[in-house]
Amino acid sequence: MSAPVLRAEGLCFAAGGVAILHDVSFGIGPGAPSLIIGPNGAGKSVLLRLLHRLLPPGAGQVASTGAQAMLFQKPVLLRRSVAANIAHALSLAGIRDAGRIAEALEEVGLPHLAGRPARLLSGGEQQRVALARALALRPDILFLDEPTASLDPAATRAVEAIVTRAAARGVKIVMTTHDLHQARRLAGEILLLHRGRLIEQGPAASFFSQPQSAEARAFLRGDILE
Amino acid sequence: MSDLGSAFQQGVSLVLSGDAALWAIITLSLTVSLTATLIAACIGLPLGALLAVTRFPGRQWLLVAMNALMGLPPVVAGLVIYILLSRSGPLGSLGLLFTPGAMIIAQAVLITPILAALTRQVLEGLWEEYAEQLRSLGSGPWRAVGTLLWDGRFPLLTVLLAGFGRASAEVGAVMVVGGNIEGFTRVMTTAIALETSKGDLPLALALGMVLMTIVLGVNAAAHWLREASARWAG
Repeated sequence: MSAPVLRAEGLCFAAGGVAILHDVSFGIGPGAPSLIIGPNGAGKSVLLRLLHRLLPPGAGQVASTGAQAMLFQKPVLLRRSVAANIAHALSLAGIRDAGRIAEALEEVGLPHLAGRPARLLSGGEQQRVALARALALRPDILFLDEPTASLDPAATRAVEAIVTRAAARGVKIVMTTHDLHQARRLAGEILLLHRGRLIEQGPAASFFSQPQSAEARAFLRGDILE
Repeated sequence: MSDLGSAFQQGVSLVLSGDAALWAIITLSLTVSLTATLIAACIGLPLGALLAVTRFPGRQWLLVAMNALMGLPPVVAGLVIYILLSRSGPLGSLGLLFTPGAMIIAQAVLITPILAALTRQVLEGLWEEYAEQLRSLGSGPWRAVGTLLWDGRFPLLTVLLAGFGRASAEVGAVMVVGGNIEGFTRVMTTAIALETSKGDLPLALALGMVLMTIVLGVNAAAHWLREASARWAG
């Protein structure tokens, strides 16, 4: 197996006295997307924020290689044009390459919207602009926190297609979802999180055909996990 | 009543005739208030933005002080600046007392806390929305100040208009530090106060009309900007 591009060691996190993650450790290698799945409240979003270093862990550490970017469930675009949103992200990263804006918009199929006010676009278009902004930074690892949770099926398909293309180009996708169908469509590897603990990690094919843990079997059956 | 009516008529004809003394007062008023707003904006906007994005010990006290300064009585501000600029005061050597410069300082001092407090309020909401996204792009609070000032440009323009409106309508401070000297430091508000006390209602009314027109114009501009921002920026 290739060396991990991302490693978490003993991650713990608590907020307001409530423990959200307990001693979570894993390594994620390069290749097909790794999907972190689990019911609402499992700690998926917090874990992703710890991995992208948006939150400091209470204990443990994160090690990663290469540049990384993150996409949130609800895209937060600046009150400026689509192109200016991407230019702003590039300038924060110290990149002065206007060509990347057109390239990123091409990648998400929205070159015709470059001059439009970003916040007046539909939800699906806004998420694709947010994806273009993240991809323009040419990340080695792209974190996606339930990126399609608020989108309709057509917009979800568009986002999934972009993510799949990015993964095929070598961008390591680390994505959370509570949608099992989406996990089946995208995942090369599954990490099942439940009540702040990593229950199971393994190749998607074997996870779906031969889940090892009782929680995984229950989750796949569609039972409500206690 | 007919006296009032004829005073009003005379006021209108004064404005329309392009009376030189009247227009000198109007021009000085606008120059002083616009310059004061510009200076206050250079200090108040970045200060408000910084207070919106930073957390430090004593910040709450600073906010309370700033909010209290929003209600600073203009005559008290005028008095303090008068003492500072008077011959025996620490800034007396500048020779600014009873000049338009002193009036600019007075108005800038009055509206800087207003601009800073309103800017903080506007940008704090924006920062709440943007903070995580900007952090994920590698922007800390300091770099976020520029982003927030630009993205809050429409509401901030209305903040500036509010500051300008307050400055141009202010009378106490400019009276104390400007001295209401005819042809030199007499502005619309001090002239209205003086002419009314002298019983020269036409001139007072003419200036009152101009002042009201400016205030109306400022409010209309603020309203238009709010509408435009919703249309353009979402």
